[in-house]
Amino acid sequence: MAGYTLGGALNRALRDALAADPDVVVYGEDVGRLGGVFRVTDGLGAEFGEDRCFDSPLAESGIAGTAVGMAMYGRRPVVEMQFDAFAYPAFQQVVSHVAKMRNRTRGRVELPLVIRIPYGGGIGAVEHHGDSSEAYYAHTPGLRVVTPATASDGYSLLREAVESPDPVVFLEPKRRYWARAELDLPVRTAPMDRAVVRRPGADLTVIAYGPTVDTALAAAEALAEEGREAEVVDLRSLSPLDDETVAASVRRTGRALVVHEAHEFGGFGAEIAARMTERCFHHLEAPVLRVCGLDVPYPPPHLEEFHLPSADRILDAVDRLQWESSWVPGASGPRPEASRTEVGA
Amino acid sequence: MTTSDAPPVAALPLPSLEPLRLIDDDGCRTAQPHRAGFDLPDTETLRMLLRAMVVGRRFDSQAAALAKQGRLAVYPSSRGQEACQVGGVLALAEQDWLFPTYRDSVALTARGVDPVEVLTLLRGDWHCGYDPKAYRCAPQCTPLATNASHAVGLTYAARRKGSDTAALVLMGDGATSEGDAHEAYNFAAVWNTPVVFLIQNNEWAISVPLHKQSAAPTLAHKAVGYGMRGYHVDGNDAAAVHAVVARALAEARSGGGPALIEARTYRTEPHTNSDDPTRYRDEAEADRWRRRDPLARLEALLRSDDAVDDAQLAEYASRAERLAESVRTRLAHEPHRSTDELFSHVYAEPTPALRRQRAGVREAAARAERGGASNGGR
Repeated sequence: MAGYTLGGALNRALRDALAADPDVVVYGEDVGRLGGVFRVTDGLGAEFGEDRCFDSPLAESGIAGTAVGMAMYGRRPVVEMQFDAFAYPAFQQVVSHVAKMRNRTRGRVELPLVIRIPYGGGIGAVEHHGDSSEAYYAHTPGLRVVTPATASDGYSLLREAVESPDPVVFLEPKRRYWARAELDLPVRTAPMDRAVVRRPGADLTVIAYGPTVDTALAAAEALAEEGREAEVVDLRSLSPLDDETVAASVRRTGRALVVHEAHEFGGFGAEIAARMTERCFHHLEAPVLRVCGLDVPYPPPHLEEFHLPSADRILDAVDRLQWESSWVPGASGPRPEASRTEVGA
Repeated sequence: MTTSDAPPVAALPLPSLEPLRLIDDDGCRTAQPHRAGFDLPDTETLRMLLRAMVVGRRFDSQAAALAKQGRLAVYPSSRGQEACQVGGVLALAEQDWLFPTYRDSVALTARGVDPVEVLTLLRGDWHCGYDPKAYRCAPQCTPLATNASHAVGLTYAARRKGSDTAALVLMGDGATSEGDAHEAYNFAAVWNTPVVFLIQNNEWAISVPLHKQSAAPTLAHKAVGYGMRGYHVDGNDAAAVHAVVARALAEARSGGGPALIEARTYRTEPHTNSDDPTRYRDEAEADRWRRRDPLARLEALLRSDDAVDDAQLAEYASRAERLAESVRTRLAHEPHRSTDELFSHVYAEPTPALRRQRAGVREAAARAERGGASNGGR
């Protein structure tokens, strides 16, 4: 068994993808000689040459737009946006062209490209370096939005993203870049559009992805000490969403909690909550709850601990996953006196 | 230690403030210095340009009429800009790519795209009616300047695969204000890709005049800041546009890098059939430009050279009429609607969620087919 960090596994995935297909090209800001600010492209330029892994001008829309053109001519570009909040200039390209080209051309032009974006907070960085922008992308038909939580998934999902005929926004949880795991590469894990159960449990379902999967597992560990068994589902793909795996778990446990770093309002958790309410209504013992980032701009480093979901906040939310305690003061009107069996009787 | 391996900087000449012209408003050959070292294309090329402009104009007026009749959802006319569209496109080689916008339908017909497929977008049948790869024409682009970087990426990839494919990007004066234009110019120059950016400066971005769009001496001057060649050309002179685009493409193809061409022209019609230009511009201005008509100028030159006669012009006109009639006939029937197609091309394979939505829409379509209201049969 060898040890890999998530960043190292992603680096190996890019190297293997470059070796496997001469049409794969890797480029972006600082990805060449420097190897990327997080070193995910380390050594690729030296190994494969300037034509396969190279630095581009510092312009995200240009990076995304040129990737569209390259893919139109049969290349498979894997471009890096240096940080989540620096990718916004490319939003027009991503939403209007990357996502729609197959559709606009009735399938005659497909864009097999990957846009890698380090996202999320927790690394003590200053403003514009900690956004969780997944909902913007997941809301867009035509894009696949994928986010690994483990080194082995990092490798496998990135290889699959590069091979996919569809464009993939590949969101890398930056605070997990250095998390080390024992594994052998190459490895292929579950297919890209599948959620997986990371930890089985009968009492409640905790749905997480990317940077919050480890937080959810830590919370599940603490709950186990209290005698409560939480099932942790790692979404892996936000679009398309494997809501079947999620719903199957929620039907088993009757309680669901979504955890993400992104702001709560209009966040991806709202989609999960709506779907679980639609698909599992008669199995639910409590409302689907969310543990999310605050509805404030990403905080300065000295305050980010209050924004980021923690195991403690998950435990607090689990306490509210009861019919009796799910009433939120000020939000639900007068407290219902009726017990559950009398509602609607 | 070297920190940079920058190539030596070569000085670039500034474009001329006066647009380059080979044919004047009256159809006479211009003298140097108006020609800036360019020669008039050969007679056969000039005849080809005239024929394509005659056909293009008839196509344009037919499309405008169809829009008036409600047979098209919208039509942005390019009447008056034929020299840019035809002059630019006819300079392209077989393997080259064209990156057009919504106002470049005439350019697409000149490229050989089926006119009915050109109108698919504006009729509202689908977003792009032609096969981009078959014609090497990207889909008509609506968000301004966003297709420019696609051309840069495509030609970059083509060169790496050993092809000498070049690309022509069509954009308007308004598009040059967009950040995407800047990024594409810069990428093209830094990567030395064979892209020619042809700006059809038609003086108006819907209702906003050029002087509120740019403070540059000419839009062609922008080229110099990126380190590429800039040309300033009379956009109502098909010979001049063709000569300049052909030279720029040849230079780009042989490794000389991209070029930015500003073609000075005018949109004599409204922005689209739903625009009212009387609210923002003086009709006298449009009339002045109509007298500089690109078709009349080239025809006058060819007639004075005895290079074209009435019989040939009649043949051009009847070719144009046949095309217009074919467009009318082929667009007379109701469009075929496939609700399934909404879901066919979102991903390579429809997702389970899309399959569920597809079933729901099929049902709604079947109810509509049976003549029920939207809640029919309930």
